[in-house]
Amino acid sequence: MTIKEPDAGPPGAEPEPGPGPGDATGAAGTSAAAVAAAGGEIGRASLWHDAWRDLRRRWVFWGSAAILAVVAVMAALPRLFTAKDVNQGCDPNAAKLGPSGDHWFGTDLAGCDYYAHVVHGARPTLLIGVAVTLFALAIALVFGLLAGYYGGLLDALIARLTDVFFGLPFVLGATVILVAFPSHGVWAMTLVLVLLGWTTMIRIMRGQVIAVRDADYVQAARLLGASDGRIMARHILPNAIAPVIVVATLNVGNVIVGEATLDFLGVGLQYPEVSWGLQLNQAKDSFIDHPHLLVFPAVFLSATVLSFLMLGDAARDALDPKLR
Amino acid sequence: MLTDVKDDPAPPPPLLRVDDLHVRFRVRGRDVHAVNGLSYTLDEGETLAILGESGSGKSVAAQAVMGILDVPPARVERGSVRLRGEELLGLPERRRRAYRGDRISMIFQDALTALNPVLTVGDQLREMYRVHRGLGRREARDRAVELMERVRIPSAAKRLGDYPHQFSGGMRQRIMIAMALALEPDVLIADEPTTALDVTVQAQIMRLLAGLQDELRMGMVLITHDLGVVAGVADRIVVMYAGTVAEQAPARELYARPAHPYTRGLLASVPRLDRRGAPLVPIKGTPPNPAVLPPGCPFQPRCPRAEAVCAAEKPPLTAVAPGHDAACHFAEEVHRARPE
Amino acid sequence: MWRYVLRRLLQAVPVFIGTTLLIYVMVFALPGDPIQALAGDKPVPDNVLQTLRDRYNLNDPLLVQYAKYMWGLAQGDLGENYTGQSVSEMLSGRWSVTAQLAVTAWIFELAIGIALGTWAGLRRGRLADTLVLGGTTLVIAVPVFVLGYTAQLLFGLHWRIFPTAGTDEGWPMSYLLPGIVLGSLGLSYVARLTRTSLSENLRADYVRTANAKGLSRARVVGRHALRNSLIPVVTYLGVDFGNLMGGAVVTEGIFNLPGIGQQVFQSIQLKEGPVVVGAVTVLVLIFLLVNLVVDLLYGVLDPRIRYE
Repeated sequence: MTIKEPDAGPPGAEPEPGPGPGDATGAAGTSAAAVAAAGGEIGRASLWHDAWRDLRRRWVFWGSAAILAVVAVMAALPRLFTAKDVNQGCDPNAAKLGPSGDHWFGTDLAGCDYYAHVVHGARPTLLIGVAVTLFALAIALVFGLLAGYYGGLLDALIARLTDVFFGLPFVLGATVILVAFPSHGVWAMTLVLVLLGWTTMIRIMRGQVIAVRDADYVQAARLLGASDGRIMARHILPNAIAPVIVVATLNVGNVIVGEATLDFLGVGLQYPEVSWGLQLNQAKDSFIDHPHLLVFPAVFLSATVLSFLMLGDAARDALDPKLR
Repeated sequence: MLTDVKDDPAPPPPLLRVDDLHVRFRVRGRDVHAVNGLSYTLDEGETLAILGESGSGKSVAAQAVMGILDVPPARVERGSVRLRGEELLGLPERRRRAYRGDRISMIFQDALTALNPVLTVGDQLREMYRVHRGLGRREARDRAVELMERVRIPSAAKRLGDYPHQFSGGMRQRIMIAMALALEPDVLIADEPTTALDVTVQAQIMRLLAGLQDELRMGMVLITHDLGVVAGVADRIVVMYAGTVAEQAPARELYARPAHPYTRGLLASVPRLDRRGAPLVPIKGTPPNPAVLPPGCPFQPRCPRAEAVCAAEKPPLTAVAPGHDAACHFAEEVHRARPE
Repeated sequence: MWRYVLRRLLQAVPVFIGTTLLIYVMVFALPGDPIQALAGDKPVPDNVLQTLRDRYNLNDPLLVQYAKYMWGLAQGDLGENYTGQSVSEMLSGRWSVTAQLAVTAWIFELAIGIALGTWAGLRRGRLADTLVLGGTTLVIAVPVFVLGYTAQLLFGLHWRIFPTAGTDEGWPMSYLLPGIVLGSLGLSYVARLTRTSLSENLRADYVRTANAKGLSRARVVGRHALRNSLIPVVTYLGVDFGNLMGGAVVTEGIFNLPGIGQQVFQSIQLKEGPVVVGAVTVLVLIFLLVNLVVDLLYGVLDPRIRYE
């Protein structure tokens, strides 16, 4: 339903420094010092290294990764899972049947095999989720970096533009835009969702860049005569990117839910496309008598989204040294 | 009364007595021994300075005495903290809480983060009277104004409704002090009270603290890493290293004739007016990691006069002169040697 | 404080203009005939299309079109549908339903969300924390409409605890189940935000000070830590209102509540594009207004912002 990160400030507001946890002195200071000494050097390489070591030990990480791997293979090579095409071998006389040996997930309204439907529904769903996030991430990285690094007019311009797009809630905004383009496929849909979905990540990226921009090692690189491009690519980007990656992972899940909601409302993908959201849309009038029509796509959709969310949460915990 | 004293030859218990205090942290499955057998006493009206580098466990020990450590990860393993003879460790939390802020109170290093940013200073001062004394709104307010005047905050009544971030660093620290002294405690623990301040403001704050201490006859434990802060105000000094006492002595005695190589190193590493032109000698190496303390004397890896025995045996705290103890196998020799 | 209010108001102006212009450009100014597009493949008589083109001033330059459209909006004119019925009239009786639903959802997510978040935040890393984290992640992962249908099936049809649909039983009974469904997503975010924020604040220096003052645990948590922790929660409420409005379209559709959202829901099915655009634009404007109010509230809650 949402891709707005709750931590984002109010529209138009700069990120305010909250009352930080007090670990400068005393108990926490001692333990932090001990951790630093025990965990080796605190640096970029070791941040990712530590995060990976931390992730490796979590069952949540492996569970989510396994589910996503299955769904990804399903999206890439649906033939591995089912020999049938989407609307192959439909029998209108055998419509809305419950699960059986012939039809594992039963049949749909037209008597087609529902399992084949669900398998083929993985591709558009996953594609939109990942593509929207990747494009939005690219926008956020490039423009967040430039805005945060150069500041001034460019920054002001990008910030105002972000505010304007932030003023459009995801589902409402997408509804009003998509209604004006009734015939849209997966890529048009992706474009619209990117348009509404880049604001959160760019705000986080910009905040990170500003926090890193004046660090001593960046000053040092500047004094040594490194070009702006080199400073941004070598010093700022790697140190600012971690929280954005976490949010991007969570964002994939949120986009998938949002896309499914739009399909459900009838402004998203249209028949004859196949997606989990559309299947849920078609199930809505008959799910009371035939709950399997709702249950199977819902379980696949939710498991996929849940995996992205848990992966993002695990990555956040692993990348946040404060929580260790 | 007089006969009582004759009947009972034991002297009255000291104001505050800390004995063999051990505090341990559990961090990511590892044990970190932050405080390892700290002992000291504090008398009425006395100022005891606890001197140590960061990570020496001095702040943790202070919080253990106050009873405000986060449990877990911290845990007071053993030891005793007695206020006028009454054991505080193991006291029910309700009783302990009643003492905090009332009989023992504490001021912290950075008043900007130590004061609540979203409550007015008036709110935070009044809270002391309302919670501990059950005073009404109006009366608590009047007392808060008196208190702010006492720590010399100009136009106190007007500033009661201001928030901490609207004050300067020095003024904020005064509010912190006012809050700690609101109920005229017996013991004040000041944890690096001037570290976050400009040098000129530092002196003002120390003077204010010393003045108020005289006025209220409090005992004060002054925790610092700064020899300069200690010099003017401390009656006695405890030097802490790796969570334990390295040396303790009256202030003058410690400066004149240190009996521990660490103390000696500390004194040689800061510029002193009475020894102009003498070279400054830093202490080699870094403080030990409290997660992996070396066996034997904790200072031994950095000690210029370490011998085989130092790596094997932990030196006990031994007296080199009345009221002057040091935990070094060669305390006597170090003490005898003229400071260079 | 007044400077803060003034600055926020000034900052809101370009956002209002920008966001409405964005909607307008996306709907009416892109290549192709927007009026035909809004009807989709639904047959619309030529004379009606022509009337609508005139109605939306599509022959004027873009900015003039936009200005005229905004002027209409400001006077409560949201456009007309294909049969010439005014959109604002279609919506007129529906406001109170949506308002009641939104308030129900808001109360639910605030009360339960903050309570759950506090519970988890105080027990970070323990069972309570894991339960709250797991439960809220699950709720975020399940689309609102799946949640809605499931709740309707179980609580309405199966166990008959709540009415299945409609507003016959009035507030609160008819609004409870849809309100809980609508508020569940916001509840999850509120709980997670409160949890993280509280457990961070519990480690803050000023909480240590409050402990050193000898205050009771309840007072340290309630008056000192929680108060600070709720500041980000309040900011989130503004963003959340956008989700609530979007969710209202789904929820009112499912539970058949005759509100603004249901009108949008039905108009999408009937391919009444102009009605969708008009109604959603109003919802977006309300979202922006609520955000502005939340922004100002933020200044009241956090003195550091006010005086910057």
